[in-house]
Amino acid sequence: MNRIDKKFRELKTWRRKAFIAFLTAGYPSLPLTEKLVLELERSGADIIELGVPFSDPVADGPVIQKSSFEALKKGVTLKKILRLVKKLRKKTEIPLAAMSYFNPILRYGTSLFIEEAVAAGLDGVIIPDLPPDEEKVFLSEANKNGLATIQFIAPTTSRLRASFIAGRARGFIYFVSLTGVTGVRRDLPIALKSQVIAVRKVCGRLPVCAGFGVSTRRHVRFVSSFSDGVIVGSAIVKKISEHLKKKDLVSRVGRFVRDLKGSL
Amino acid sequence: MIPDKHGHFGIYGGKYIPETLMAALEELEKTYLKASKDKAYLTELSIYLKEYAGRPTPLYFAKNLSRLIGQGRIYLKREDLLHTGAHKINNTLGQALLAVRMKKKRIVAETGAGQHGVATATVCALLGFDCHVYMGAIDMQRQALNVYRMKLLGAEVVPVTSGSQTLKDAMSEALRDWVTNVRTTNYILGSVAGPHPYPMMVRNFQLVIGKEAKRQILKAERRLPDYLVACVGGGSNAMGLFYPFFADKKVKFIGVEAAGHGLNTAEHSATLVRGDTGVLHGSKSKVLQDKDGQIKIAHSIAAGLDYPGVGPEHAYYQDIGRASYVAVTDQEAIDGFKMLSLAEGIIPAMESSHAIAYLKKMTGILKKNSVVIVCLSGRGDKDASAIKDLESR
Repeated sequence: MNRIDKKFRELKTWRRKAFIAFLTAGYPSLPLTEKLVLELERSGADIIELGVPFSDPVADGPVIQKSSFEALKKGVTLKKILRLVKKLRKKTEIPLAAMSYFNPILRYGTSLFIEEAVAAGLDGVIIPDLPPDEEKVFLSEANKNGLATIQFIAPTTSRLRASFIAGRARGFIYFVSLTGVTGVRRDLPIALKSQVIAVRKVCGRLPVCAGFGVSTRRHVRFVSSFSDGVIVGSAIVKKISEHLKKKDLVSRVGRFVRDLKGSL
Repeated sequence: MIPDKHGHFGIYGGKYIPETLMAALEELEKTYLKASKDKAYLTELSIYLKEYAGRPTPLYFAKNLSRLIGQGRIYLKREDLLHTGAHKINNTLGQALLAVRMKKKRIVAETGAGQHGVATATVCALLGFDCHVYMGAIDMQRQALNVYRMKLLGAEVVPVTSGSQTLKDAMSEALRDWVTNVRTTNYILGSVAGPHPYPMMVRNFQLVIGKEAKRQILKAERRLPDYLVACVGGGSNAMGLFYPFFADKKVKFIGVEAAGHGLNTAEHSATLVRGDTGVLHGSKSKVLQDKDGQIKIAHSIAAGLDYPGVGPEHAYYQDIGRASYVAVTDQEAIDGFKMLSLAEGIIPAMESSHAIAYLKKMTGILKKNSVVIVCLSGRGDKDASAIKDLESR
């Protein structure tokens, strides 16, 4: 069984919600990303998303854009990130999903990517510019080989389309909590609750987690009250960027995540 | 039917776009398909094209230029004579009238040379839209005149300082704006690029160029041309000229890309000549990229060609051998710019100067009776000061 599915089953037994943490892989460096993953696991993260840096991240706001450019400057590639996953697999069984724009995967070779990602121990992929309407061969081949293709549903997605997407998604549904790009926000839309509840109805047993803009402990508590989990990205990456030079960067980020997660 | 109903041109095209935008693209496509069969819409558009934009544009027989090239009879399709100075207005009028039907009040657009930005700002002033144009900070410097024109027309020009600070990043930023304000905003995309339905829709708004040219050349020469030549950045003026001749297999299509400092350097924008299959800004096409799939920064002296992607239909034409794509350098384009100015008293845009420059390389293949149509996609006033600065350096 895929580690993501296993994790959600486990969480369900304990009636808990998933805390999913995003890190830009290679920011500030690949060795530090490795340490951060392990630290976030200790701090209570249930699933880790590893952001694959891309030159033109259209779905991302300034925080993740900047971290991606920094990582690219250091020569981080998809290949190196898969190597990091392999290394991490010797130390942890935490579910790992890669969040990548499609072009780096296409360039890698879609079949080769699936093969090497699965061999390395990656559990899922999240591709913000690849809706389930495109690249059906790649998506079904990934799923067949145990690489879960996590799909997005947005506040603008119709009910009909939501059930189409749910039928093609694996792992969980990434509900986009606001119309916009990733980033730290003060407030989340009030309509989020009713939107997620409606989406959960069409998703059956597939868990629905919400992300984009989730930035504070209050947000985490609010979102988890009606979803199967929360995804926090920019807030964590921002924390990293604020403490780049500090020796105790890793433990500071760990504390931040522990605090965000609270009693989740 | 090209594209198919999902917007695929062979393996290219499609909708590679965040889910948040899917509903807006569907709405746009539905509105467009309905409007394209609606007499009221078509009449309104054709009146604006005629009385506001200045269509039809002449097909001018360039006698002096033909003599200079030495072979063939060269005609210029004078899109430079349109209101706002380039072919871009054919498309922005069509899209803005769709926005009226969708009851969107706010418009976003990207621009490179500023021609699409000016054409968008113009129709927004005309039809009363709130207009926001994203433009790379570097492009704002090299096209300062167009920045001022957009502001005069009431648009907000938003400088983009990320990445290469040119068209690629302006487009990313415009998409981010659209994702954020999708409920109130319509995105007027300037080329035959981006996600479906844009490549198809923009082509259809631009094919008026080729339709007129076909009628005009049949009248002037009593036969179809041998060659169609147009510059290709995203590729909208070229596609507009080519498409109506698609079934006329004897008419050869030549798309001229920007070789910048040279195809053997890293500084060019020759996406079809040198690129590989990739996904950028919503569609699969040819892209300039490195071995890891990161998009390269393009270079061209012509801001409107300075883009590492290209419309998917061009990639398809290249694959099936319907069109050939070539490239000329910055220097060759400057020579073309001067050549046309001196020979015909027509100052071409730097973008269009690439198509003009390629004529010099056609002397070997042209015969005395060859008929060539070059799309003069825009006028060069906007470039004059930049070229002057370059000369005095």
